[in-house]
Amino acid sequence: MSFKSPLGRVLGQGSHSGTQHWISQRITSVALAVLGPWLVVSLLTMPDFSYASAHAAMARPANAVVTILFLLAAFHHAYSGVTVVIEDYVPAKGKKILALLVLQFLHVAFAVAGIIAVLRLAIWSAV
Amino acid sequence: MAEFKLPANSRYNEVPGNYYPAPSAVRIKTFKVYRYDPDSGDKPRVDRYEIDLDRCGPMVLDALLKIKNEVDPTLTFRRSCREGICGSCAMNIDGKNTLACTKSISDVKKDVNIFPLPHMPVVKDLVPDLTNFYAQYASVQPWLQTRTPAPPDQERLQSKEDQEKIDGPSACILCACCSTSCPSYWWNSDRYLGPAALLASYRWIIDSRDDATGERLEFLQDSFKLYRCHTIMNCTEACPKDLNPAKAIAEIKKILVERTV
Repeated sequence: MSFKSPLGRVLGQGSHSGTQHWISQRITSVALAVLGPWLVVSLLTMPDFSYASAHAAMARPANAVVTILFLLAAFHHAYSGVTVVIEDYVPAKGKKILALLVLQFLHVAFAVAGIIAVLRLAIWSAV
Repeated sequence: MAEFKLPANSRYNEVPGNYYPAPSAVRIKTFKVYRYDPDSGDKPRVDRYEIDLDRCGPMVLDALLKIKNEVDPTLTFRRSCREGICGSCAMNIDGKNTLACTKSISDVKKDVNIFPLPHMPVVKDLVPDLTNFYAQYASVQPWLQTRTPAPPDQERLQSKEDQEKIDGPSACILCACCSTSCPSYWWNSDRYLGPAALLASYRWIIDSRDDATGERLEFLQDSFKLYRCHTIMNCTEACPKDLNPAKAIAEIKKILVERTV
C-alpha cells in the first residue's frame, strides 16, 4: 500500500530509449528481406544436399559472406523480437531480467556457432 | 507471466444472476448486464433484463436508463450527455467498446451483452476505475505550452492547414474505449501510456502554436510509454468518434526516427 499519487507514479517513468531499438528492428528486417532469398536460392541451386555440395557452395566467398551476414541479421532481429515479447508478457522483474539475460546469451551463442560452422565449411575443411 | 486466467473476483459466471422478465411485452430484447458490488463481498454475476422495445428508446443507454428507472435501481453506470460528446457511458457492448448512448439496440442481433470496459478495476457494475488512465492523460501535459511571447495586440495565429492537422485528434472525448481495447494496455497499463494519452500528446506535438514539441517527444521516447504499441489497431477499430489513434502513434514514431537519423 502506497500513498504515492497516480500522476507522480506515471511521471516517474521513462528510459529515454526505445527509438534506436525500433530502428534496428526495421534495419535488420530490410537486411533479412534481401539476404534471406539470396541464401535460400543459393542453397536450392546446389546440385544436391551432400556435404561436398555445401562445402563447394560455402567455398564461394560471396555465399559465405551472405550466409554470415544473414546469421548476424537473423539473430539480431530475433533477439529484438523476443525482447519485446518478454517485456510484453513477463511483468515480474526478476523473471524478466533472467529471461532477457538467458535469451541474449543464447542468441549470441547460436550466432557465433553458426558463423563458425560457415567458416569451417568455407575455409578450414577439405572436401 | 501475463494473467490469462481471470482473477477469482473477475469470473462472472460462477454465480447465477437475477432474471427480470417483461410479461405482456410483444417485442422483447434481453439485456445481459455484468453486476458487481465490491461492498457486498459477492462474486460478480450477469443479470438478465427483458426489455419491451415498444416502450424503450432506440439506444442501449435508453435501455439501461429504463432498467435503472423502472426495473432495478441498484444498477450503476456513468452517463451524462446522451449524445456522444462526454464519453461517460463508455462500456463493452456486444463484445466491442463503445458508447451506450450512440449504440443502437437494433445493431445487436441477439441478446445485448453489456460489460464494463475491459481489464480495468471495477468500482461497481459498469463503472471502471479510470484513475491511472487520467493520470496518464495528465502526464502528457495536454495544454498549450509556449516560450514565444504572444503578439501584443492579437491571439496566436495559426494557418488553416495547421488547424486541419489537429481537427481530428482534438475531437477525442477521453471515453477510454481505445485504451481499454488494447491488449498491450491490458498487460502493461502501468507503464504503457495507451492510445488515448498518445493521441492527446500527438495533438500537441503537431500544434503549430506549441513550443514544447521537443520536451513532448523526449517524454514519449521510451520502450514502454510509446513502443508497447505493436500497431494492431484495436484502438482505431473501437473509437466511437471514428478517430485514428493508431495512425497518431505511427506518426509519433516517424517523427522520433526523423529526429534520430
